Amino acid sequence: MVNLRNFKQFIVDTIGLMAHGSRLYYAWVGFLLLLIAVGGVAYANQLHNGLIVTNMRDQVSWGFYIGNFTFLVGVAAASIMLVIPAYVYDWGPIKEITILGEMLAVTALIMCLGFVMVDIGRPDRFWHIMPLVGHLNWPQSMLAWDVIVLNLYLLLNWFVVTYLLFSSYLEKHYNKKIVLPLVLLSIPMAVSIHTVTAYLYNGLAARPFWNSAILAPRFLASAFCSGPAVLLILLQVLRKTTRLKITDEAIFKIAELMAYTMGFNLFLTAAESFKELYSGTEHMVYFQYLLFGLEKNGVHYNTLVPFAWASIITGFVAFLLFLIPKTRTNWTTLNIGCVLIYTSVYIEKGMGLIIPGLTPDALGEIFVYRPSFTEIAVAAGIFSLGALVFTIMLKAAVPMMLGEFTISKGRKAADAVPENEPIQA
Amino acid sequence: MTDLKPMHSHEGSVDSGSCDSRREFLGTAVAAVAVALTGCGKLSKEEFLQHNFRELSKDEIQTIIARLEAEYKEKFHKTVKVGNEAAMPGVIFGYALDLSRCIGCRRCVHACVKENNQSRDPEIQWIRVLEMEKEEGVNIQHAEQYYNPDEVPREGHFYMPVQCQQCKKPPCVKVCPVGATWREKDGIVVVDYNWCIGCRYCMAACPYGARHFNWGEPHIKDADVNPDTHYLGNRPRPKGVVEKCTFCIQRTRKGLYPACVEICPTGSRKFGNLLDAKSEIRQVLESKRVFKLKEDLNTQPNFFYFYGV
Repeated sequence: MVNLRNFKQFIVDTIGLMAHGSRLYYAWVGFLLLLIAVGGVAYANQLHNGLIVTNMRDQVSWGFYIGNFTFLVGVAAASIMLVIPAYVYDWGPIKEITILGEMLAVTALIMCLGFVMVDIGRPDRFWHIMPLVGHLNWPQSMLAWDVIVLNLYLLLNWFVVTYLLFSSYLEKHYNKKIVLPLVLLSIPMAVSIHTVTAYLYNGLAARPFWNSAILAPRFLASAFCSGPAVLLILLQVLRKTTRLKITDEAIFKIAELMAYTMGFNLFLTAAESFKELYSGTEHMVYFQYLLFGLEKNGVHYNTLVPFAWASIITGFVAFLLFLIPKTRTNWTTLNIGCVLIYTSVYIEKGMGLIIPGLTPDALGEIFVYRPSFTEIAVAAGIFSLGALVFTIMLKAAVPMMLGEFTISKGRKAADAVPENEPIQA
Repeated sequence: MTDLKPMHSHEGSVDSGSCDSRREFLGTAVAAVAVALTGCGKLSKEEFLQHNFRELSKDEIQTIIARLEAEYKEKFHKTVKVGNEAAMPGVIFGYALDLSRCIGCRRCVHACVKENNQSRDPEIQWIRVLEMEKEEGVNIQHAEQYYNPDEVPREGHFYMPVQCQQCKKPPCVKVCPVGATWREKDGIVVVDYNWCIGCRYCMAACPYGARHFNWGEPHIKDADVNPDTHYLGNRPRPKGVVEKCTFCIQRTRKGLYPACVEICPTGSRKFGNLLDAKSEIRQVLESKRVFKLKEDLNTQPNFFYFYGV
């Protein structure tokens, strides 16, 4: 029985926890707010002048925004890397921290929706895409599917996080009958958000670079590298700065799983490259642009080349670091590996996916795209918004997870619930 | 973000004090947020709440057209007629382009811009003429759009104008998340500029680069505005939406040729009703060997290329 008054108290207390912190906390939140403001001003300028303030044009009609969106869908999907070992294999050490993965998913999804919102030309017509009120072209449009699965996944994770925290706030054990099915549901949901996002590109015969059957598997494999990389670093930070207990064992287990997905990701990339480069049809031109650059009318276009190779090399080195048990269990090499794999996937699933998909364009033109200042500022704003959401969620969640802050504990004496009012839930 | 303020001017028409006032208020409030999102402060509540063209009643369409005509009059200081002619029964339009005659003069490109009220600044062109090397044949990767010799045609080259191919299986229509673009009964693929959300998924899906986006506020001089327009065709567009060739829907549905056909000095462009056995387009299909651009993608264009001589 969820008591509404308790829930209201929970919300009030949560906001209270978020609003009070150390000086470092305020400084960090202030810094993020500043970046959000910079992004906000840049976005206001974009709204006023149109997307012409970006460097996207008809030839390269998607760029930095959609690249970040695609990458972040992967991060959101990766929370199940914690869920699977914890719940499917009932592996204790990870169980307490799956909620962190879910919070990361919520954060990543908020950023995803933000990147889509800033990319569309008419955000005022946003309601057109809402089912029933607007006119959602479902099941034809893959974007319609994506809207549905992303929002459902957001809702699912948000609900589970809220429910788990509310339970510990009420000093109760969560109801397994509610949580377990939802957490299990989140596994196929996570796969589906990334699969559908891959299909979004995959289904376009006009763009041979994307029109490959292994695009969705590649999306999943790379997602299960980059998302956990964020988590591994985060877990280390949290156990240093809070009293949250996260065992070495849990971290090493995730790292071991990552080694497999990284190997698989490299294999799929190699398979794709082999098919394109060995058969050498006219479809190779996009891969060529990515890896070696293209020459046209005496001009050499090789903007993406250093990034493409950086992605391959960092991905490979990270794989080795995670594969070898000695480097996997060494904190320095493990963290270097996390940064390397994150970099690798950020390039590969961001600009390294979008730009060669659109260059050369449908009529063979090579249009060199680099994000404009506005695009970078807006993106920084959205990443800061994500960081802010995650920070304040953690701020409230950690003491609740630890049982330090509940409906009866952890508050100032004056705010405590009077004894004659028994807790009802 | 200088003028986010004057958003209330159009909302004055809401009759206050009606019993429906709460709904009215909600609608107005949502519209106000939306105005902030457009960043230009020129969005009326009626425009904001307008539905997909295909879901509108005849009366609603008439009201919207009257509103648009009033807006255009205010903006361009002249009467702009917004037509709404439906597809003629028994007509499916087809187009054929003679690659052996085209000299790459780009007169079609500019006639199209004039006729269809494309933005001049930034400039949007619905027809792109590709210069190709004769040795290479039709090879997109060897095409050049920005050729600029003193005289065309250039030695050793031929020219291939590309515009919307009005596919029977248009990939752009399939991907649109909000159904803002569709294929009409006469085979013309159109866009509802008042419903498009500007996601540009259709542009990624189009294999012919036929779709163009209004990256900035479109600018046309008052004198240059073509006042004979169609709702689904050449009426002036807002910023942030996609547009494309409509075979000059405002002309062809009245029995006229598209502007590009009319202007072509070499007679390379043939247009007509595919369902009429005596039409010129059918004669071309009958007597010439035609091909479709990127036929392997199975988009099934109603736009054909052929070699006349």
